[in-house]
Amino acid sequence: MTASTIELKASPEDRRIAALAAAGIGLALAEAAIPLPIPGIKPGLANIVTLLVLYRFGWRAAAWVSLLRIVAGALFLGTFLTPAFVLSLAGGSASLAVLVLAIRLPQAWFGPVGLSLLAAFAHVATQLAVVDLWLMPQASLQGLLPWFLAAAWLTGLVNGLVVARMMNLPQPECGQEIAA
Amino acid sequence: MPRAGDWLILVAGLALVAGLFLRAPAVADRVTIKQAGRTFLETHPRIDRTIAVPGPLGTTQVEIKSGRVRIKADPSPRQLCVKQGWLQAGEAAICLPNRVSVELGRAAYDSLNY
Repeated sequence: MTASTIELKASPEDRRIAALAAAGIGLALAEAAIPLPIPGIKPGLANIVTLLVLYRFGWRAAAWVSLLRIVAGALFLGTFLTPAFVLSLAGGSASLAVLVLAIRLPQAWFGPVGLSLLAAFAHVATQLAVVDLWLMPQASLQGLLPWFLAAAWLTGLVNGLVVARMMNLPQPECGQEIAA
Repeated sequence: MPRAGDWLILVAGLALVAGLFLRAPAVADRVTIKQAGRTFLETHPRIDRTIAVPGPLGTTQVEIKSGRVRIKADPSPRQLCVKQGWLQAGEAAICLPNRVSVELGRAAYDSLNY
């Protein structure tokens, strides 16, 4: 038997997606370390990366970066395949779907702030729906919806402003630094 | 920096949140059934059940279903408490002839259950 070597060739695009996903994972981990008084509410900083990638590299790259961040982030935090992971996956998928649709809106009128807000709303609404229908069907969580949406409004706005600001940076600085 | 449509989404989002806050139903997490002034049963409106409360005229049926409460049947002649239907949060139905009352209210903070 001869030892066989499996060689995986990573294309530059693979490397770029990996680097961007790493940025998202870094933000997700940093965010998990921030103590927040209210359970279930967090700033969702990793969505900044998703939105930036969507604008710059298209929806396929954004989907990869988002999925990798959710899975790898869950592995790092020890929540892989737990309810928290399912919630994260559901919210991430919903907000990505909304973003992919919303980016087709005329860009002269709708920028990153609006998209970020829509994504945040979709994220929170989906997660609450999953909890209501699957995790805790007997508990009525409708009373929590306004609170979570209010938090999503704020974090969506802040994240959107960050994305708008980062998109105004000169292109090469952001893209190539990450790709390198 | 936000564009025209962004403002639209921001304002619509804020209106949605404000509307949800205003429309949020009052919280009711306690059903108190009294018979002749004494507490007959205290329970949670999320536990579906029908309770038979005995009184001087007969049996009053109290129905609890998906967070709502009503007097389902009562032996009283005018059926006022039955006609009242499902109770709103904070309301009470009183079947005076049979001396039964049902109140949908708010539990006091209960450190044992927390």
